[in-house]
Amino acid sequence: MIVRLRFTKNGKIRFIGHRDVARIFERALRTAGLAVAYSEGFSPRPKVAFGLALSVGYESDNEYLDVVLAQPEDLEDVANRLTAALPAGLDLLEVGEIDRHANSLMEAVTSCEWVIDLATDDEAAVRASVDAMIAADRVVITRERKGKTVEDNIRPDLLSLKVSMNPETSTARITAELSTEGRSLRPAEFLGALEPSFEVTRVRRTHQWISHGDTRIEPHEADVSRAAHPNVGAS
Amino acid sequence: MWTEIEPLLDNVQKPARYIGGEGGAQEPEHASDKVAWLLTYPDTYEVGLPNQGLQILYEIVNERDDAVAERSYAPWTDMEEQLRAAGLPLFSVDTHKPADAFDIIAFNLSAELTYTNLLNCVDLAGAPVRAADRTPEDLLVIVGGHCTYNPEPIADFIDAVVLGDGEEVIGEITDVVHAWKNNDRAGGREAVLRQLSQLEGVYIPSLYEATYDGQTLVSVLPKCDDVPERVEKRTVADLADWPYPKHQLVPLTDVVHDRLNVEVFRGCTRGCRFCQAGMITRPVRERPAEQVRTMIAEGIKRSGYDEVALTSLSTADFSGIEDVIKDTMDDPSCSQVSISLPSLRVDAFGVGIAAELQRGRRSGLTFAPEAGTWRMRQVINKLILEEDLYGAVDSAFSQGWRRSKLYFLTGLPTETDEDTEGIFELARNCVKIGKKYTGGASVTVSVGGFVPKPFTPFQWFGQNTVEELRRKVGVLLEQNKISRGVQFKWHDPEATLVEGLMSRGDRRLGPVIEDVWRNGGVFQEWSEHFDLQRWLDACERHDVDIEWYVYRHRTEDEVFPWDHLSAGLHKDFLWQEWRDALDEVGLEDCRWTPCYDCGACTGYGIEHVVASATPPAGGSQGTGQNLAVGGAVPVELLSKSGAVVG
Repeated sequence: MIVRLRFTKNGKIRFIGHRDVARIFERALRTAGLAVAYSEGFSPRPKVAFGLALSVGYESDNEYLDVVLAQPEDLEDVANRLTAALPAGLDLLEVGEIDRHANSLMEAVTSCEWVIDLATDDEAAVRASVDAMIAADRVVITRERKGKTVEDNIRPDLLSLKVSMNPETSTARITAELSTEGRSLRPAEFLGALEPSFEVTRVRRTHQWISHGDTRIEPHEADVSRAAHPNVGAS
Repeated sequence: MWTEIEPLLDNVQKPARYIGGEGGAQEPEHASDKVAWLLTYPDTYEVGLPNQGLQILYEIVNERDDAVAERSYAPWTDMEEQLRAAGLPLFSVDTHKPADAFDIIAFNLSAELTYTNLLNCVDLAGAPVRAADRTPEDLLVIVGGHCTYNPEPIADFIDAVVLGDGEEVIGEITDVVHAWKNNDRAGGREAVLRQLSQLEGVYIPSLYEATYDGQTLVSVLPKCDDVPERVEKRTVADLADWPYPKHQLVPLTDVVHDRLNVEVFRGCTRGCRFCQAGMITRPVRERPAEQVRTMIAEGIKRSGYDEVALTSLSTADFSGIEDVIKDTMDDPSCSQVSISLPSLRVDAFGVGIAAELQRGRRSGLTFAPEAGTWRMRQVINKLILEEDLYGAVDSAFSQGWRRSKLYFLTGLPTETDEDTEGIFELARNCVKIGKKYTGGASVTVSVGGFVPKPFTPFQWFGQNTVEELRRKVGVLLEQNKISRGVQFKWHDPEATLVEGLMSRGDRRLGPVIEDVWRNGGVFQEWSEHFDLQRWLDACERHDVDIEWYVYRHRTEDEVFPWDHLSAGLHKDFLWQEWRDALDEVGLEDCRWTPCYDCGACTGYGIEHVVASATPPAGGSQGTGQNLAVGGAVPVELLSKSGAVVG
């Protein structure tokens, strides 16, 4: 039985790394008494598969993890037991059963939406900078690839850019949809290409999209046959 | 002060070091009439978090109604820069309170090279680094841990020292500080320190005067009549009364020893003459096997860990160790759990233990023969035969391990190049044994430079010079060239020198430590920050003669800087052991043979707590044929010793 977990990464826990999240889930699954299938071999590893890594310091409303359970379980029960075992900030939103032939998260996700809060309250300046980038034919950044510095045009990876004000803090905010196909465009790379650059206060991943032609869905909608949500207050 | 810290975390490496929130972490409620402890490990979060001593005290204090405890760790240099630039102090990771919200900052000192970090943490906490400059409102700076058996080099910077086990005395200290604090700190620091000096196991350096005759230390004596001439260590008589930590912290990020740790016994009487831990933690106090089983099962269930380490010195000496391992492996709630024994004597490790361990996931196996030849091992009283090592290694490889690690010391008393080269001869033979079972067999040899420690028979020995240790590393590197399947690692001889300076230094080293700290010498345990020149320059500026402190052999009449402290051990017992070492005469383990009165039990009216009157089966158990054991060791044992060998 393969389950797809959807969870947040918010608050203090945003400062832990991708591997840390993996370790926490491995332990939480054990604490919850959920037997995970293990790989064969000299050093067996639990069969879990993560989606796209989230940089240290970034928050997320939608993170995913696929887990192969050793035996069938009640989904609601899984949701409640795991919720009780997870630390604050890693909040389980949904547990869905997926088909064993489902694409891996890494392959399936084609773009991510990011909400980027800036320190400045000068919305017009941010808008001018973003508009200039949208108007450009090419946006070239330098990256390291296999130890060599290469130049990449990231313009095709900028799927959508919107500027607004964060009503809570009265500061400028960019909502960006960035492609993850090929070499994933990271928010820091996009922000580094803005001229002038702006001080960033908070970055949050709000969606991970799987696009098929004109339609797009999220991983918890893809390949999921049925789903359950933890009871509020289960933790 | 989380809101002030949070923005800084975008600018530092590994920000998870500073967020707290571990499984088992507490958010105690402070109150003006409670005593607040800030338990601090003077190194990075990754190194400090697993420290069991601090975790035990954290729980014990937080169980009280009149006290709270939180934790902090030395901020890495990037975070320190951020804090200082923002004008922010050291903070607790539990509720992110500034250090001055606490009454006591207490450090665990496990390594001498962390001393400059202690000063840095006190300074970051906002207290004057010199104890004499502190006001009644400033933090009380208390230290505990193995290094405190000679706290004299840091005497200027600390208010109080705890010798020995902390479980009981931390409550007594809390009582004293609580009464003082709730009486308007009447009498100032002097008053509370004077009261603390009356507690057994508590040493107040400022209440003692050191006298010198030229270079030579004459005495360290109390300044007042009611202060004890000699401070005795504290010993918890029965570990069964202290099943801590009950809720071991489960970190959110990577730390060293990231696993469940269950202390199965405390103390060791194997009597290795170089080993300070084995001398100062006597006698042996085993935890009841049933309690060990419970702590494992509950700890695994609660933490979600898939590895448990049974901790102690020489863990295979635990009575019924095989049963405990077997029961854990048989427990269905512990499936997929691997057991590691971080400290193993080869003569107590047989096929039985190897077979049980290999049922779980195999973790690494480390053995510590410590010296390359039987002669050398007699000198250091690590009486394991070559056959014991080969038997243990054979057990491991035959049960599926592919690599093992061997620990050695170099720079030991009377060591010759033949002894040094013997290290690799053993390693090569171990590889050969491994090749019988797997072509990929490999052995890692890890060699540390020997630092003579207080309260050991080798406290009179002049440490090898940096040049001599380097030469010995060279000898080992030559051997390494002709040893296939052996990986060689060694400890920096320059760091060994500074450890030696601190290990047996006196109060005159205070200015050196402060000088190195003021010149930016923090995180000296880390090779990227360690700089010997900084220490050499500081020693020169403060007229500290390294030759005299580190390399000089001491004579019988030497007054040591720690002679006014006591781990129970009679000085004449240690001196006799030193003479016997030079004569290559061994001494048996008193837990299974009659008492030879080292002082650790008799002085305190306590005894070994061991479930079995005989050593675990297998190996020679320190009964090597060259040793005159007389009738002290059970005959049954001697016959068993052949079972594993070969």
